[in-house]
Amino acid sequence: MKDLPDSQERTVALKGLGTSRKRVEDARFTQGKGNYVDDIKLPGMLFGDFVRSPHAHARVKAIHTEAAMKVPGVLAVITARDLEPLGLHWMPTLAGDKQMVLADGKVLFQGQEVAFVVATDRYAAADGIEAVEVEYEDLPVVTDPFKALEPDAPVLREDLAGKTEGAHGPRRHHNHIFTWEQGDREATEQVIAEADVVAEEMIYYHRTHPCPLEPCGCVAQMDKVNGKLTIWGTFQAPHAIRTVVSLISGIEEHNIRIVSPDIGGGFGNKVGAYPGYICSAVASIVTGKPVKWVEDRMDNLMTTAFARDYWMKGRIAATKEGKITGLWCHVTADHGGFDACADPTKFPAGFFNICTGSYDIPTAFLSVDGVYTNKAPGGVAYRCSFRVTEAAYFIERMIEILAIELGMDAAELRRINFIKAEQFPYHSALGWEYDSGDYHTAWDKALAAVDYAGLRREQAERVDAFRRGETRKLLGIGLTHFTEIVGAGPVKNCDILGLGMFDSCEIRIHPTGSAIARLGTISQGQGHATTFAQILASEIGLPADSITVEEGDTDTAPYGLGTYGSRSTPVAGAATAMAGRKIRAKAQMIAAYLLEVHDDDLEWDVDRFAVKGDPERFKTMKEIAFAAYNQAIPGLEPGLEAVSYYDPPNMTYPFGAYVCVMEIDVDTGQTEIRQFYALDDCGTRINPMIIEGQVHGGLTEALAIAMGQEIAYDEMGNVKTGTLMDFFVPTAVETPHYTTDHTVTPSPHHPIGAKGVGESPNVGGVPAFSNAVHDAFRAFGLRQSHMPHDHWRVWKIASGLGLHG
Amino acid sequence: MIPARFDYHRPGDIAAALAILGEHGDEARVIAGGHSLIPMMKLRMTDLAHLVDLQDIAELRDIAVEGGTVRLGAMVTQHDLIASAELAQAAPLVREAALQIADPQVRYCGTVGGNVANGDPGNDMPGLMQCLGATFHLVGPGGERTVAARDYYEAAYMTAREDDEILTAITFAVPSGGYAYEKQKRKIGDYATAACAALVTMEGGRCTQASIAMTNLSDVPVWSEAAVQALVGTGCEADAIGAAVEAARADIDPTEDNRGPVDFKRHVAGVMIRRAIERAVSRA
Amino acid sequence: MGKQHYQITVNGEARDVLAEPRELLIHTLREQLSITGPHIGCETSHCGACTVDIDGRSVKSCTVFIAQAAGREITTVEGLGTPDAMHPLQEAFREHHGLQCGYCTPGMITRAYRLLQENPSPTEEEVRFGIAGNLCRCTGYQNIVKAILAAAAEMNAAKEAAE
Repeated sequence: MKDLPDSQERTVALKGLGTSRKRVEDARFTQGKGNYVDDIKLPGMLFGDFVRSPHAHARVKAIHTEAAMKVPGVLAVITARDLEPLGLHWMPTLAGDKQMVLADGKVLFQGQEVAFVVATDRYAAADGIEAVEVEYEDLPVVTDPFKALEPDAPVLREDLAGKTEGAHGPRRHHNHIFTWEQGDREATEQVIAEADVVAEEMIYYHRTHPCPLEPCGCVAQMDKVNGKLTIWGTFQAPHAIRTVVSLISGIEEHNIRIVSPDIGGGFGNKVGAYPGYICSAVASIVTGKPVKWVEDRMDNLMTTAFARDYWMKGRIAATKEGKITGLWCHVTADHGGFDACADPTKFPAGFFNICTGSYDIPTAFLSVDGVYTNKAPGGVAYRCSFRVTEAAYFIERMIEILAIELGMDAAELRRINFIKAEQFPYHSALGWEYDSGDYHTAWDKALAAVDYAGLRREQAERVDAFRRGETRKLLGIGLTHFTEIVGAGPVKNCDILGLGMFDSCEIRIHPTGSAIARLGTISQGQGHATTFAQILASEIGLPADSITVEEGDTDTAPYGLGTYGSRSTPVAGAATAMAGRKIRAKAQMIAAYLLEVHDDDLEWDVDRFAVKGDPERFKTMKEIAFAAYNQAIPGLEPGLEAVSYYDPPNMTYPFGAYVCVMEIDVDTGQTEIRQFYALDDCGTRINPMIIEGQVHGGLTEALAIAMGQEIAYDEMGNVKTGTLMDFFVPTAVETPHYTTDHTVTPSPHHPIGAKGVGESPNVGGVPAFSNAVHDAFRAFGLRQSHMPHDHWRVWKIASGLGLHG
Repeated sequence: MIPARFDYHRPGDIAAALAILGEHGDEARVIAGGHSLIPMMKLRMTDLAHLVDLQDIAELRDIAVEGGTVRLGAMVTQHDLIASAELAQAAPLVREAALQIADPQVRYCGTVGGNVANGDPGNDMPGLMQCLGATFHLVGPGGERTVAARDYYEAAYMTAREDDEILTAITFAVPSGGYAYEKQKRKIGDYATAACAALVTMEGGRCTQASIAMTNLSDVPVWSEAAVQALVGTGCEADAIGAAVEAARADIDPTEDNRGPVDFKRHVAGVMIRRAIERAVSRA
Repeated sequence: MGKQHYQITVNGEARDVLAEPRELLIHTLREQLSITGPHIGCETSHCGACTVDIDGRSVKSCTVFIAQAAGREITTVEGLGTPDAMHPLQEAFREHHGLQCGYCTPGMITRAYRLLQENPSPTEEEVRFGIAGNLCRCTGYQNIVKAILAAAAEMNAAKEAAE
């Protein structure tokens, strides 16, 4: 036993798995020494910016650039006609559609890119933009996806005229993109027809936007001497961007270098390819100088990828005791002018078929119709896996509505329908294999933590007091039990534009026992440089502080699909562990040679291999590393390096139980979060401090979405919420204090059992906030009211229920 | 968001500032804190050739309380209003309202003169100054004249100020009685969905004086004489307050925007007015 | 009006810049002086990423023309500490995980610096109100508030020890 304290001390010194290690990234950020795209300054660098359409749907009759070319400092004005000979006036989207880089004859949404002005600096570019004159002819605008599908709706995509087949199957209307079906339609309809109880509702998840604090941008530099194109940019998936750039430009991939420097938040906004990237690259090729493009906040909100905009019609069937028997869902998905969703190819509605949620629902059917409208393209996963927050919101609202229909407590209804711990791995009716879970334990812990019964008593007393005229405030208890599906994903069914969604890690151990690890992912604030070093520290027994983690440069990092959809830990984290194990396997052979024993006579002990039964005889990883480079070992190559490309066997399924307690002022519509309890189960916890930070941030983005944040259009297709005055981003004053908690159900197929957490709080948070609003009014007859629950919409609920006297 | 070019002037006194305005007419604009004007310039929604910065005119920066009168120089910032102990003593309503304007950074720059002068219906100070019965001091080529805050606003961004005049100061009598500024907004930094300033003086259980003014509920700030009449002479019982609220509500004319439709705003205005009066009465 | 010479003091150093009067201070700092700590987030004075300290006031430098800033003393996050002697706020933000992507951090710390100068022992509520001009999309503010309160305690203890 004398080794035990020593081994514990050595474990602590590694700062490995499970440690709240302080972040290595922070020193540069707190001192203003981060390196974001707009910080990059190259000799002779030019600045490009867009002339954008003020119209949502119009024909572009003419573009007059002469006056702009006379503005001091303006060097070029690029239009679609200039890009056409290069075949770059349109570009492929990640969803198998194509998108105009610059307006080709017409515009389809307000803010669409019409011309690219290249100038010596951003002031000259702005003056040039003012001087470009564009003649437009208005066309009828459609912002409602249901109206877009009417027979006589205006034709938006004239380029698709006559095409009855799209990237995802048949198109049945000129504004129809795809229909995607999952599950058993016939069986589900039968279950619903025969059910004791059926609840039916339309649930709208409004259009919003990830709005990272740093907008999108890039610097493109064509080095004509060496024939190499380098683009530094806000890329959540740098390798995918390199491949796409190569495919559309014809430049060989080895002559393209994509670099993601520090990224000021992504949340899905920086997954896609935008016209700014293409135009900057073209402008650099044409001028021979580096060209920077950085959008402003209005550009960001109005034109780069939006999120959500799902109209979800649901039917849920149950026995009168509350056992759910079937779920039916039809989604009308508003994709805007181009289908630029960033979903895996085979999943045009992402993983929306996780919409059976945490519940054992034997029969289900889902169909999704994608529709074009005169709105900006996008449809990215805003801090969630692909369309998972829509799915979670849908099922968590349907459960609440079913509870109303049954006259049951919504917590109890969930409990009797949860998938039981012993049912995992669980095959859902819509095609997923849930890897692991223990929902009942999490749920009971959450309800006990908030004294759920006590809250319900208080709520009942409040309702009575309200009815007696003693208060004008109601109390809402928002419940959610969500199941995420993250870590895309197995290459057999997950790819984007044909690129398999594996990820990678490459490790080099230096002779003196420190290391560098490079990954195919890219941090945007998640702290990869801190946490991936921790994974590795536990795997290879070198201190995390001795391991550099590097990402984002396609010339040095191994190929990977990037960071979004909470995939970094499930996929790249697994690759890191697997690469570490390869290192350890070789280290074991070296140690055996050095100790003159058989490989099998050694055992791993934190940071060393020791002879079994003789712990005093050992070689530390530091010693082994030195030997690996400097000692001739028969049968082994020198060096200590490994690379792992990890193709996950399954997704991971993090889950959680959230409770939101909300005070609602019936007269003003103002809401106040009195308490928020968040229990997350993300499997093995790598860094509890970072997990907690991710939960705080995700919940705050959920708060924003649920309570006010939207991209709203008027009937003319004008964006009404294009600045941070109107697009709701909460300050520290509107944001509540959160209580976090956890259970640990490791993923059985992940090398270290981790599942990913960054997006869970958004997925679970949105229904928790929304359910709290709905729950406050349940006693007065509310069934469904669409988000966002800003003051006037909450007031409208109260007004509609006759609560204003 | 890049503004168009302009010529910049930083005069050292009011005479010099007036000379520049006189020379360039409506091509010139005065800039104080700039936090209303500069965003408009960056969005290229306002076009001007000459910017006249008042920051070097020291006499515009004073807060003075003398002989029962408060005098605020036009360049006094919201932050100065909050930080002034003298003002907090003399007119705590001003501090209470200033704390509800914008955010800390904007309050360091935003001035009381800028807030009242341009006629932006979203600004809080115009309604507040109407509530206080303040007087605006305008200096032009012909010297100084005064305009009552309650007469200053004509329509959104249309005021009694001539292009060649500068609003240099605001004066008002030290208010008595109870006070309150109630503002509903979507978040810190937002303009009011509805806001109401109230002053109520009670003597021997009777309301002897009152003043009620509202923000962002019409294209100009609204001071409600009818609401005052409904309160004065009463004991400010529930009925009287209810009558005052209804009277004030009758004077507003809100428009729909992202904060909500007209019926919602009218309702919330009623709530803000009621809360302001009740709180003012409780402090009276 | 073409380019003019303007004198400003930045982090204690006198600087002369040649700029059009319309140049925004954030661009002067970032483009001309390569002081890239302050960032551009919204450009309409809502997000506070560009916050600098001008003559003892927290100011959003995206909404100040260089012409207005001429003659003033400006402090950015770069002027608060050095790599060897970081400001207690910089230490506390790391210690309490008060940042993630880091984009809002320089503005946030610069604002918190001024807040603590004016109110050395704020309550949690006062901190939240005091940083309400700075938006963060990553942290949910909880750990930022914690970091600022911790820095305040640290600074007060250091002050007491010095006295």
